[in-house]
Amino acid sequence: MRRTTGRILRGIALVSTLALGATACGGSDDDSDTKAVSAADIKAALDKGGNITVWAWEPTLKTVAADFQKKYPKVKVNLVSERSGDKHYTALSNAISAGKGAPDVAQVEYFALGQYSLTKGLTDLAPYGADKLASKYTPGPWNAVSDGDKVYGLPMDSGPMALFYNKKVFDKYKIAVPTTWDEYLDAARKLHKADPKAYIANDAGDAGFTTSMLWQAGSRPYKVDGTKVGINFDDAGAKKFETVWQKLIDEKLLAPVNGWTDDWYKGLGDGTIATLATGAWMPANFSTGVPNAKGQWRAAAMPAWTKGDKASAENGGSSLTVPALAKNKELAYAFTEYANSGDGVATRVSEGAFPATKAELESADFQSKKFDYFGGQEANKIFAESAANVASDWSYLPFQAYANSIFNDTVGKAYVSNATLADGLKAWQDASVKYGEEQGFTIEK
Amino acid sequence: MSTPVTTASPAKTSSPPRLRTPRKPAPDKRRRSVLMTVLMALMVLYTVVPLIWLVINSTKTQAGLGDSNGLWFAHDFALWDNIRDTFTYHDGIFGRWLLNTLLYVVLGAGGATLLAVLGGYALAKFDFPGKRAIFAVVIGAVAVPGTALAVPTFLMFSKMGLTDTPWAVIIPSLVSPFGLYLMWVFAAEAIPTELLEAARMDGASEVRTFFQVALPLLAPGIVTVLLFTTVATWNNYFLPLIMLKDPDWYPLTLGLSAWSNQAQTIGGDVIFNLVITGSLLTIIPLIAAFLFLQKYWQSGLAAGSVKE
Repeated sequence: MRRTTGRILRGIALVSTLALGATACGGSDDDSDTKAVSAADIKAALDKGGNITVWAWEPTLKTVAADFQKKYPKVKVNLVSERSGDKHYTALSNAISAGKGAPDVAQVEYFALGQYSLTKGLTDLAPYGADKLASKYTPGPWNAVSDGDKVYGLPMDSGPMALFYNKKVFDKYKIAVPTTWDEYLDAARKLHKADPKAYIANDAGDAGFTTSMLWQAGSRPYKVDGTKVGINFDDAGAKKFETVWQKLIDEKLLAPVNGWTDDWYKGLGDGTIATLATGAWMPANFSTGVPNAKGQWRAAAMPAWTKGDKASAENGGSSLTVPALAKNKELAYAFTEYANSGDGVATRVSEGAFPATKAELESADFQSKKFDYFGGQEANKIFAESAANVASDWSYLPFQAYANSIFNDTVGKAYVSNATLADGLKAWQDASVKYGEEQGFTIEK
Repeated sequence: MSTPVTTASPAKTSSPPRLRTPRKPAPDKRRRSVLMTVLMALMVLYTVVPLIWLVINSTKTQAGLGDSNGLWFAHDFALWDNIRDTFTYHDGIFGRWLLNTLLYVVLGAGGATLLAVLGGYALAKFDFPGKRAIFAVVIGAVAVPGTALAVPTFLMFSKMGLTDTPWAVIIPSLVSPFGLYLMWVFAAEAIPTELLEAARMDGASEVRTFFQVALPLLAPGIVTVLLFTTVATWNNYFLPLIMLKDPDWYPLTLGLSAWSNQAQTIGGDVIFNLVITGSLLTIIPLIAAFLFLQKYWQSGLAAGSVKE
């Protein structure tokens, strides 16, 4: 999701994360949070009023914050929008390690939650009543924010995966929309043969995409139990992914374009990138980033690894969390609950966010929404079905942000040299193990 | 166009006056090298093409950017819409960034120039112990890139509680070792020591000597340093990037980068057309400053190069 511009910052973030770890080890165990906070306490805090600072880039929160202030006039929500992941986590890590300057509410993507919750950087929201909200959410996002009986945030959105494809291109070359990854490989060959400038997809090595693909293929490389971590890419699921993707790489069927660049948006618009397997939040980026391809694209279910299998996975998605250093935790929780579980959800969905709550996903209004961009297709039906089919036993590493930052130096080699994906994943595994051990994790091999 | 008779251009009837000396092939001592000409042409392309690209693409909508060639116009002409949208997007925050940048330039570059003038004059015209050490430090400081100092500066300012305030951008901008060095060299050449001595003999105080005798002589140098520090502050990216968090205090560089980053955010608004138009608007004041101050700084750079 990020470009090279963040390389230096990533370095700083890394240093900060180390400092963060050190602080957490040296700090005393503060158990003052464990006492329950009743709904009456939160109500009293809302009546009393105060200021809260929210660090989040999710665009729909602007309206939500305005509505929240209308409902509770004594509360002032100061929404600070960084709009870029790298800087956001650097700032958050810096504030946590400095012990001051942390916001009351922070947006944290699911893959990055572990590094904050494990170092006690976040408030456990279960005593505030968050533990009672589990049944409202789909399993993938809820599994990401909770750890046993602790809840480190409320899911804001989710990214059940779907296959977006350029119907115009598929029709032009009379290629059927693939329903399995083997068919996908065939489609890739046919398309590139018919038009050497066109590719089935772009992939120059993207950690978030690869982990999501492994997730869908049934691979479970990461096992996390507190500070005990297992990392192993050698399983049947990973093999399935390697086999198909290695062929796509070897036969040069993938456009060597990095995601999220202007080239990428251009390729999605001019038909040279014909499909995109990604999270259900993509329609918003399609309509603002690729307005010229309106009507050409459609959504479909993810291709299956074995015919008829419906397993899906998540890609992206984020939560709102309350940092342990937050000054006004009652208000912070009240806002988080309002935005991600209460009235805010409807507002956010109406502005184009993809929900993580079951009620919204299953509602007739949501499912029958016609996407003009997709030629009037009721795409939410596909996304909702995908959300229901996400396997919930996936976990990210507690240092996934670091692992993702070394992805291009390890797995990325498979895209540019003779190294294979399997070699790359092995190198990624070794580097992650080494880093985890240095950070004091117990690595189980 | 409708009446071709009246539009007979005067240029065709009378040959334009030649300003150059009459052509005589023999005394042309300047050597023409094909290689040099080609290299220069490549350099011109290298510097001008991005500018042309910027101008052309600021006339396109986001859709137009996606389906047209980068170096030619799209079917739609949206320059005026883009300029309007740039200034109104997100409650007109672009205007705020423009004002911030001006503030940083006026206080930062202006302050840096002032300090460089005072320091350069003092170092050139006064003798005091430790002068050689200062010279060594200044020369050394010219070699240290600002980027290398950014992180230590951040830590220091963080301890002082100054991060995320405009001071965190302004104060480091006040230090310009190169400006100081330039003023030093310039003052040494441009102000005859005899002139200062004459002023002192006539009973002028040091302050008065500086303002009434030295300062007018330093004017071309001051403009040169001002131009350098202005460009440096206007284009400053890395320092504000690590110092500032609140978008309300962003300079233009950081703001445009934040807009560009929106395209990499899930659910983010993709506004490459506004980023491009904003970039064009951002370089216009610098171009204007260069054109306006050109004659001053050129004479400034050449000063002292010929001993009369």
